[in-house]
Amino acid sequence: MAASPLPPPDPQFVLRGTQSAVHALHFFGGAQGQGCPLLLSGSLSGLVHIWSLQTRRAVATLDGHGGQCVTWLQTLPQGHQLLSQGRDLKLHLWDLAEGRNAVVDSVALESMGFCRSSVLAGTQERWMLAMPGRGSDEVQILEMPSKTSVCTLKPEADAKPGMPMCLELWQADSNPRPLLLAGYEDGSVALWDVSERKVCSRVACHTEPVMGFDFDSQKARGVSGSAEKALAVWSLDEQQALQVCRTHELTNPGIADVKIRPDRKILATAGWDHRVRVFHWRTMKPLAVLRFHSATVHCVAFAADGLLAAGSGDQRISIWSLYPTHSDMSAPLLGPAEGREVGAHAVA
Amino acid sequence: MDPARSAVLLAVREALHNLSTSEDGGHILSTLGALKRYLQGAENPALPGEQEEFARMHFSAVLRCLVGRLSSGWLGLLPDGQLEDLWASFFLEGPADQAFLVLMESIEGAAGPSFHLMKVAQLLARFLNTGRMAAVMEGQCRPPAEPAFPLLQETLLTKVVGLPDHLGNRLQRENLEAFLPQNYFPLLGEEIMRALQAVVDSLRGGWDCSVSFLSRVLGKACVHGRQKEILGVLVPRLTALSEGSCLWQRVCWRLVESVPDRAMEALLTGLVEVAAGPEVLSRLLGNLVVKSRKARFVMTRKILFLQHRHSTPTLQSLLGYLAMDSQRRPLLVQVLRELLETWGSSSAVRHTPLPQQRYVSTALLICLVHLGEAELQDSRDELLASLMAGVKNRLDSSLPAVRRLGMIVAEVASARIHPEGPRLRFQYEEDELSRELLALAAPLPVADSPAEAEASPSVAPVAAETPAGSADGGVPQAQLEGSGSDLDSDDELVPYDMSGDQELKSGKAPAYVRDCVEALTSSEDWERWEAALRALEGLILRSPAAVREVSVELAKVLLHLEEKTSVVGFEGLRQRALVAVVVTDPAPVAEYLTSQFYAVNFSLRQRMDILDVLTLAAQELSRPGRLPKAPQCGSPSPGSQPSSTPAPAWRAVVEERIRNKTRRFSQGSARRGPDARPNEFNLVAGYFFFPLLRHFDRPLVTFDLLGEDQLVLGRLVHTLGALMYLAVNTTVAVAMGKALLEFVWTLRFHGDAYVRRGLLSAVSSVLLSVPAERLLADLPDELLEARSWLADVAEQDPDEDCRLLAVRALLLLEKLRHTLVPPAPP
Repeated sequence: MAASPLPPPDPQFVLRGTQSAVHALHFFGGAQGQGCPLLLSGSLSGLVHIWSLQTRRAVATLDGHGGQCVTWLQTLPQGHQLLSQGRDLKLHLWDLAEGRNAVVDSVALESMGFCRSSVLAGTQERWMLAMPGRGSDEVQILEMPSKTSVCTLKPEADAKPGMPMCLELWQADSNPRPLLLAGYEDGSVALWDVSERKVCSRVACHTEPVMGFDFDSQKARGVSGSAEKALAVWSLDEQQALQVCRTHELTNPGIADVKIRPDRKILATAGWDHRVRVFHWRTMKPLAVLRFHSATVHCVAFAADGLLAAGSGDQRISIWSLYPTHSDMSAPLLGPAEGREVGAHAVA
Repeated sequence: MDPARSAVLLAVREALHNLSTSEDGGHILSTLGALKRYLQGAENPALPGEQEEFARMHFSAVLRCLVGRLSSGWLGLLPDGQLEDLWASFFLEGPADQAFLVLMESIEGAAGPSFHLMKVAQLLARFLNTGRMAAVMEGQCRPPAEPAFPLLQETLLTKVVGLPDHLGNRLQRENLEAFLPQNYFPLLGEEIMRALQAVVDSLRGGWDCSVSFLSRVLGKACVHGRQKEILGVLVPRLTALSEGSCLWQRVCWRLVESVPDRAMEALLTGLVEVAAGPEVLSRLLGNLVVKSRKARFVMTRKILFLQHRHSTPTLQSLLGYLAMDSQRRPLLVQVLRELLETWGSSSAVRHTPLPQQRYVSTALLICLVHLGEAELQDSRDELLASLMAGVKNRLDSSLPAVRRLGMIVAEVASARIHPEGPRLRFQYEEDELSRELLALAAPLPVADSPAEAEASPSVAPVAAETPAGSADGGVPQAQLEGSGSDLDSDDELVPYDMSGDQELKSGKAPAYVRDCVEALTSSEDWERWEAALRALEGLILRSPAAVREVSVELAKVLLHLEEKTSVVGFEGLRQRALVAVVVTDPAPVAEYLTSQFYAVNFSLRQRMDILDVLTLAAQELSRPGRLPKAPQCGSPSPGSQPSSTPAPAWRAVVEERIRNKTRRFSQGSARRGPDARPNEFNLVAGYFFFPLLRHFDRPLVTFDLLGEDQLVLGRLVHTLGALMYLAVNTTVAVAMGKALLEFVWTLRFHGDAYVRRGLLSAVSSVLLSVPAERLLADLPDELLEARSWLADVAEQDPDEDCRLLAVRALLLLEKLRHTLVPPAPP
């Protein structure tokens, strides 16, 4: 340890060609031996690019948001379906199987906020979608694909947390009831019990709006970033009460996105200071500061095999390979069906 | 009575005759035995009346005779030292005061060390060891019986206290241990205690007693400077005894009260130092300060205002003593008032040495702790007025230490005197002094809690971090292999180099000096403004030619630059940029800056900035080997640290590789020394120096160097000294030295210590920079005058630094004389 530190790393490669700022990233496929992994990126100009990480070229471009920024991308485990959320107040469901790229279904959003939606999908046909609701502080839960509104989560009148800024639906292993974590405009993170429509716990993590968080359901610990100069690490105890464990000071203010790697070893933050920071997840020890971009980094994403992608306002997507994962560790985290037919698709 | 008297007279006469003439041992023995009957406590005693008569009239004569006969032959008349024992018993068992006086008399009468003297001295030592000194003093505590008493007492007093001196004089190197002052005075203390015990016992028995002799002994011993020895014994014993007993307490008070006035100061200073805390002092002294004027003067004025050698605990016990009794508290208020006045008086601020100012401040804070709200309220207006005047005087001082003291005391005092008013809060850095003073200001019971509060958080994080630390570093290797747990291989994640992770700056830095000027003058974009300021110094050093076109304009912009946004390190950036401008184009810019120094619309801060910049630029210009280095380093100012970049390490590796692969045929030095170059300051020193001297005695509306802006004057003098020093080896040095000495001469009696320090260092730099021959040829009169002035300052200046600087300058003068006039052969 006493030896001089490793020189700062360089990106493994860089994807150019979105021709506008990158606001959403999502890895798709890429489990071992199952063909070529893909990277999906959503841009300010409303396009979704599908990149092959093998050829490092865009293999397809989806245009469905009328020139408005794409803020969120997510694939579903069953089939080859992609969800994309745009600032045109539309949430599209795309079918990507066998080279298709058509909008199958779409949901109208009723909130102009920046909140990204979240899905909870198992292996069943039906899945759950959480998205910002009609009222500025509401979250709406839909059952998909029937689009039936399950409920609307509205904070108590005196709480005034502001708009929801980021959402995460999850389900504890022991408990089948779905839970929703929501970061709010006043800097607090709240845990909702969706079926009872009540807040289990709420904790103020930041003094500025929560811009992004990620939650490790195995350790019941989460990390959130906000417009301020610190990361907050919080945990959830058995009584489903949230509490802040610690905060971590940063050099520059503003975190746009936080992601924990699927093997839960490291986490990455997208900074307004053009840098991606990598931390050790258990100890929160800073591991690296990735300096490549020349504008705000809007989003980061981890692939199942540990690859890190960062999308920035400078229209570039940088791909980094840090602390490679052991290959046997990554498998359980993706549905078995997901990667298989992607290879076929990629050929097409 | 009469027959007894004559019988005793006859017997004594005969015995004396026998003693002085007889050489027969048996005869002497029987004579002495007969005489011994008259001593108290002898077997087969004489009548009490006869005993008394003997003791009163004849004992001294007998003793004198005995001492007179003493010789080795006489003692050898009887075997086994019988005669000596008997001889000694007269001294040890008879009336102690007479025995003591005779012994001292014979010792003083001796010419020099001899057998006789040694015997008497040994007897005196036995006398002391057997506790007879207590008997001497006890005797003086009883009511007087004879008219000649005072004279005898005076003699006794002198002998008792002066014993070590007398013995030392007589015995010279043969002196006995017991007579050394460090042994004798503790013994005397013990004996005083025993005498006091006897006094207390007889008071209990209902007899009259007086402790005045004991007081005089004590006072005299203290006047002799033996407070520590004698009080070191007395005070703890008295403290213990007076704790439970009113009688002892009264005896103590009486003992101190009857000390003569001239010894009061010595005794009280000793007592205050030795006593452990105000309670003890209060028990020993009672209300002495109220009763005795002398004691009051010593306690409330002399120790506080005229001395400053006492330690803080001493002060605490003294002021605590004043605070302990309702009769003494008015004194404490008065002390506080006087302390505040002294603390704030401008002449005291200027003329007392720093340790004394610190001492007064300490006393002031202790006073404030002891006084209650109500007492402070009573004289609040007066106290506030003198406090505010004092704060003003202190903040005006140009010595940082004086200002600091002012700030600390003002904060504490204003909070106590005027608790409901707005809190004063100064910005000073915390250091040992401030912590010490603030700790004094904390009320005593509360004083412990901050320490604990400080201690506990420092413990907590350690405890919290230990498990994490051990999990981090101490996971056994075997566990890492294969196990899929959380702890798995966490330690493999070695951090990358994160030194580049600095605060984000926008990349709008101008690339040309002219752009910088434009950005600094007209930009409303603060990021650009800050970037321009940061880039400026590097740009100036990189393109000197471009700078020369706009140098004066740039200097003007920089001089007037205000910190509009709170840029970190603004002062340093501006200063370095200004220095770079001056260095690049010295003559016009220095001319501009020096002219602005005496211009109207500048703040003192700006004027001092001008001085600093001129000094730094002169230093840079006069640095040998400047040119080759300047373009590379980019930061000429001392104190700016080169940023750590990985390049040097990389270069070292490459050079090492080259060295390993290169064969050298000779072992010559690989590197040349710095090139010899002319001092660049030579050409421009005049532009820096002379304009600054031009107008110092012409006050402006906003700027009066000889008046209240003495801080700037001090800086100016220091700057001139520095410029003079940097002008070493230049041709103008002689003219500069002459002008500077004249300047120093006009200001030599300035009241401000900071200015005087500057003057003294200026003289030193003249002596260092001007060549010795020229100094003697051109400035002989000035040197003579300076010399006598320096000698005066070295002896009399209240400021320690001034004295030191004056001595240094004198040494330089002396050295100069030796170089010019080699010491004449004897």
